[in-house]
Order: sequence, then C-alpha cells, then structure tokens
Amino acid sequence: MSRWATALLAGLLFGCGLALSGMTDPDKVLNFLDVGGRWDPTLALVLGGALAISLPGFAWLQRRGRAFDGSALPPSPAARVDARLLGGSALFGIGWGIAGYCPGPALANLAHADEALVFVLALVAGSQLARLAIRPA
Amino acid sequence: MATDFTPVTGLLGGALIGLAAVLLYAGSGRIAGISGILNAALEQGDGRRWRLAFLFGLVVAASAWLAFTGAPARSGFPLPWLLAAGVLVGFGTRVGSGCTSGHGVCGLARLSRRSLAAVLAFMASGIATVFVLRHVLGALP
Repeated sequence: MSRWATALLAGLLFGCGLALSGMTDPDKVLNFLDVGGRWDPTLALVLGGALAISLPGFAWLQRRGRAFDGSALPPSPAARVDARLLGGSALFGIGWGIAGYCPGPALANLAHADEALVFVLALVAGSQLARLAIRPA
Repeated sequence: MATDFTPVTGLLGGALIGLAAVLLYAGSGRIAGISGILNAALEQGDGRRWRLAFLFGLVVAASAWLAFTGAPARSGFPLPWLLAAGVLVGFGTRVGSGCTSGHGVCGLARLSRRSLAAVLAFMASGIATVFVLRHVLGALP
C-alpha cells in the first residue's frame, strides 16, 4: 500500500476512534479533567484502550527494526526532560482545560461544531507564534 | 454539562486510535501526533501528501460518524475563551513538541520519558485549569 493510502486509512481509523470514544465531545474531556466535580473517567479508558494496542504494536515494530515500506523507524526518544517540554505541555494543558479541545478532536469537529473552525484557526495562529518565538530545538 | 461514563465505547474507540497509530508506524515509520502532522502539513512540501491524506481521513471519518449518530454539537461557548484556548493549545503543543496523541498514544508506547513527563504536565495543568475556572472563579460552565 502506498504511503498516502496507509496514512488515509490510519486517519479514517483515528477519526472513527475519536468519535466512538466520545472524545469529540469537549464536555466529556472537561469533565475528565474535573476530578473533584462532575468527573467522567472515560478519557482514561480511551488512553488505556489505545495503549493496549500501541504498546505491543510499537514494541513489535521496534524488534522488527523497519517499517513495512522499508523506512527507518525514528531514533529512540531522548531522555532529557527540560523546561521547554514541561512549560509547553503545561501551556497546552491550560488551553485544553479551558475549551476541552486538543488538536485531534478539534479537527474531528470541523464539519460538526461551528466553534471548531474558530478554535483550529486560533491553534494555527498560536503554533505560528511559537515558531517565531522559539529557536528550533 | 454532565456527561455519562462510557467505559465500553471509550475502550473500543481508544483501541481504534491505537490501531491507527500502529498502522501509520508500521506502514511508514511515522508517529501519529496530530499537532506535528498538522504543523508539517502546513509548512513542509516534503511529505505533504501523506499528512493531508491522514488529516482528511480523520476529519471525514469523524464528521460522518457524528452526522450519522446525530451527536449534539456544543454551541454558545464564549468566543474570547475559545480563542485563548486555541492559541494556548497551538503555542503549547509546538513548544512542548506534541499533544495528547503524539506524547500520549505514541510517546508512551515508545516508552519515552519525555512523553511521560509531557503527559503528566498537561494532565496536571488541565485539571488545575478546570478546577480554577469551574470551582474557584465559576467562569465557565
């Protein structure tokens, strides 16, 4: 299968997974983060269900050494945890906790919720701002 | 708004997301991180075709699913908060090199310490944000 066809199939599966899991509903995400309030633990099971497949799947590919189209797998992840990683992730978490959208569910809502397009445009603007503000790692 | 705990569809939907990540990694050695794929699709000519194909598939499948099931869409969320949230998510995922999919689904599966740290950081700040907005300020529903 060509690279773009594989990517298309992966995107279709990803989109189905987001919608089936309910993660396209920003209230469900906000309620997951509302541990002391209207807590809805579903997101933890979504991550658990994903890792139940991706952990063994990635380990199998790591042992195999190459992707099926012959591409090299990305190098082992760096171990260094730095302020940029933590600070950026913390800022992302604040935005996530305000509106209940991370990038995947925001894109998944583009044709569904009117607010999603506004959010995605703001996301792209924020990303471009970061690109200007930081030097490449 | 209150939502129901839906463990079965949560697990099954999560499994589909995991399968999508494994398929992309197995097929071409790529990480299914949405923020990274979106950024690169907008900025790099090289590899734009597969990235757009992935994003197109994601949007089409989710849209069709949501339309078919008649899921309600949120409306009336305050615009200034929506804009601020979008900018923070875009800025933070670029600076922190990933989002829920890249660090959460793929990074944790690659046993990355950085991804574990990132996931803990955005979960903690997300929980703190919702706590402050809902229970301290009462600013958002």
